[in-house]
Amino acid sequence: MSSDFEISRVLGEGSLPPSRRRRLRRLGEDASDPAVHEGSEAVPGLPEGSLEPVPPEFEILSVETLAEKVMRMRVRAPLIAQERKPGQFILLQTDVEYGERIPLTIADADPRQGSITLIFQVVGKTTQELASLKVGDALPVLVGPLGTPTHIEKYGRVVAVGGGIGVAPLYPIVEGMKAAGNHLTVIAGARTRELVILESEMRAMADDYIVVTDDGSYGRKALVTQPLKELCEGPEPPDLVIAIGPPIMMKFCAETTRPYGVRTLVSLNTIMVDGTGMCGGCRVNVGGKTRFVCVDGPEFDGHQVDFDNMIARLGAYRDQEKRARDHACRLQALAEKHPHA
Amino acid sequence: MPRYVEDPNKLNARARGLLEELRDKGTLKMKDRLAIPVQRPPVLDPGERSRWQEEVEKPLTPAQAVLESMRCIQCKNPACVKGCPVAIDIPEFLRLTAEGNFSAAIEVIKRTSLLPAICGRVCPQERQCQKDCAVGKSLKDVGLAVAIGKVERFLADWQRNQAQAPVPRIKSPSGRKVAVIGSGPAGLVVAADCRREGHQVTVFEAFHKLGGVLRYGIPEFRLPKEVVDAEIDLLRRMGVEFRTNFVVGRTRKLLDLMDKDGFDAVFIGSGAGLPVFTGMPGEDLVGVFSANEYLTRANMMGAIHPGRTDTPMFVSRRTVVLGGGNVAMDACRMARRLGAEEVVVLYRRSRTEMPARAEEVEHALEEGIEIRFLENALGVLGDESGRVRAVTVQRYALGEPDASGRRRPVPIEGDTYELPADAVLVAIGNNSNPLLTSTTPGLEVNARGNIVVDPETGCTSLERVFAGGDIVLGAATVILAMGEGRRAARSINEMLAREAIEEAADAPRAHAAPTGHWAPGRLRRRRLALGTRRRG
Ligand SMILES: Cc1cc2nc3c(=O)[nH]c(=O)nc-3n(C[C@H](O)[C@H](O)[C@H](O)COP(=O)(O)OP(=O)(O)OC[C@H]3O[C@@H](n4cnc5c(N)ncnc54)[C@H](O)[C@@H]3O)c2cc1C
Ligand code: SF4
Ligand code: FES
Repeated sequence: MSSDFEISRVLGEGSLPPSRRRRLRRLGEDASDPAVHEGSEAVPGLPEGSLEPVPPEFEILSVETLAEKVMRMRVRAPLIAQERKPGQFILLQTDVEYGERIPLTIADADPRQGSITLIFQVVGKTTQELASLKVGDALPVLVGPLGTPTHIEKYGRVVAVGGGIGVAPLYPIVEGMKAAGNHLTVIAGARTRELVILESEMRAMADDYIVVTDDGSYGRKALVTQPLKELCEGPEPPDLVIAIGPPIMMKFCAETTRPYGVRTLVSLNTIMVDGTGMCGGCRVNVGGKTRFVCVDGPEFDGHQVDFDNMIARLGAYRDQEKRARDHACRLQALAEKHPHA
Repeated sequence: MPRYVEDPNKLNARARGLLEELRDKGTLKMKDRLAIPVQRPPVLDPGERSRWQEEVEKPLTPAQAVLESMRCIQCKNPACVKGCPVAIDIPEFLRLTAEGNFSAAIEVIKRTSLLPAICGRVCPQERQCQKDCAVGKSLKDVGLAVAIGKVERFLADWQRNQAQAPVPRIKSPSGRKVAVIGSGPAGLVVAADCRREGHQVTVFEAFHKLGGVLRYGIPEFRLPKEVVDAEIDLLRRMGVEFRTNFVVGRTRKLLDLMDKDGFDAVFIGSGAGLPVFTGMPGEDLVGVFSANEYLTRANMMGAIHPGRTDTPMFVSRRTVVLGGGNVAMDACRMARRLGAEEVVVLYRRSRTEMPARAEEVEHALEEGIEIRFLENALGVLGDESGRVRAVTVQRYALGEPDASGRRRPVPIEGDTYELPADAVLVAIGNNSNPLLTSTTPGLEVNARGNIVVDPETGCTSLERVFAGGDIVLGAATVILAMGEGRRAARSINEMLAREAIEEAADAPRAHAAPTGHWAPGRLRRRRLALGTRRRG
């Protein structure tokens, strides 16, 4: 994925082929009446007696930048907003014919307004395209809510660990855990100060909020596993740890809590295609068994997940992506040599 | 110009010549008919076609279709009709084709089968209509039976190329709503049959594209997507609504469709769609895929157009495919087309047991794919970076016949070898996907996860909820899915018609209210009170 990001950086924003830009259909002003779906008993977007499908499904309602390359986007998806529960995700494409399907956690939802919130980091081609969309554009493909919701109950002391963008999927879970009456500690980790997201939202909910940065530019200069270890060793060890972030971070969080026998949930973000259990592309090995992240997950017992295999599988297409990147570089070089070619 | 195994012009000329000779003969005797050689359609040259997605087999030419139909001896008690899961009046359409009356012939098929362009291409005819055909029997070779499927396909393609298919007559709006879950063959048939009765029909599809397996599973080289598009387009023109990106059970619960959205009946045609893995060691290595994933990436996500699509495709030089069904054949031929230099299929039994259509096996072999019978993978071996490097293969021998008379394959102890590979495609079957059934309380399923239905009506354990196709049968065939869809649609239409009559008798004034504005929840409960409760 990161190599993909390179492509987009090399080619720049205006590099989308025109056909592709066209396919992200832009909707007229008049079509965006949010009242259409509210309070209706019928399937929103499908008024009784009408055979006409109603746009503007999956219209983008707002876009904002939370940190460098981290965006927050609100999308109209009334049904998903109604049904979604903490821990669930959606799959989207930016192009109906040739887009890749990428999973994103539903960071928040407003059922009354019929919208869901997505937070994503620009890392690959699809997220790059997503970031280039404007309010009023619509996503051609958005499906969800997928996955098994987080099991929310009163555990006692819950520690939620978020690494980088992982803080976003953590948010609805933290919200649920708080509402269930848990004592909540949030550990937020980032590479540097500018990449710390959702701080005020998390502070508002957490009983304790600990921030760590790799470079020490904000909070403690530490990895998330350090405060986690201290908590496990402390007088009131956590009853449950939830860790979401890069695979390697989740792996080390699980290793940190293992000796203390503290139950640790991780939320896996594997390669996915359908998201309904049809392809098995998302499979991971958990406790020696094959499980499908899109239906059995995304949350699993971190002590049972075979992270090394999962990380290898995430790199399945590295060669192809590298080739695509080389190709893009060559094109770029050509374009520079022959500006009018 | 693509190259053909045999020049289509020559095939056509030969057929025309023969037709003329036969015309001079006047009425044909049985002997004359049996003497007509079976007509083989034009087929692309295997060397070239194995690098393209283009459909491998072309339709018979009109002269060939007429000639082939003349081979039918018009049995009084036709075995072909008995072999056909939906009992198409085969001798009748062949008779009409032999007379050159193609439009009447296709109408005969369409009386019973809604998707002849698809079934003509993908039905296992050698195991259905053509299996016991009298002509094949007389000539002592099932391969010489009347090529019923080829004529069916010819007629359907002929009609599609004539003009846009006419929209069938649709009854005036009934005010009833039918929800169809899944846009595979079963769902499409229900949509058509219920729409014709004037009901408002909405098809809900989890994917962003329509057609089910016809779209994501069966490749272009066997079933051009243009054929599937034409069928869906017709349904759209009939006024069927499609809601893609809609996973019933997740986006909306099945029962909510009735309780909140006012659907009067629901048909579940959600297919099999749960890939079976073997559980062998190494199955999670990088480079092992389910055939479902591999084919979906290729067919639906556009990976057959490298450079255009964002969905990556795993590039492999030596691909091993496990299984012997249609899915395995599609996977191996796709791998070939996507650049694999060597493709080996491992099948645990022998050729006669292969569940794939005979023709697909032949085509695969022609395309240079190697099928190793009585062999199976024991495990997958990886390199230090977790990528597939080889498959450990176990050899089998045929043992004593079991109770069913079939000789079971038994592993030959110690007879194993390593087969180098960089990709493994697992195509050993599909089970029922539990996503919908597990989110619908009260919906009865059997031990294999298939929905249990009343064999007469297709009704499930929930009232107003019907099911058919692979979700009921387990991974089966297009024609069976279609047949199940027809049966369920008939039950739905009967139920809704009966209720309309009962309601009219019960509350003539309520009936006078304009349709589309009635409160569905209330009406539904009242209907239950009327005693229309079906089998529990
Ligand atoms: C690769 C391959 C090759 C095949 N080749 C042949 C062949 O040559 N001949 C033959 O006769 N048969 C063949 N088959 C089998 C045949 O395709 C199936 O038997 C047939 O398609 C079943 O039809 P169906 O309508 O029951 O389901 P499907 O075609 O599986 O369609 C089900 C649809 O429902 C959708 N769906 C599932 N769950 C939900 C949900 N909860 N909400 C909304 N939508 C949902 C799915 O996305 C899918 O589109 C093949 C199958 C495969 C996979
Ligand atoms: S069994 Fe063969 S010969 Fe007899 S009617 Fe059917 S197609 Fe014709
Ligand atoms: S994404 Fe296909 S099975 Fe999970």
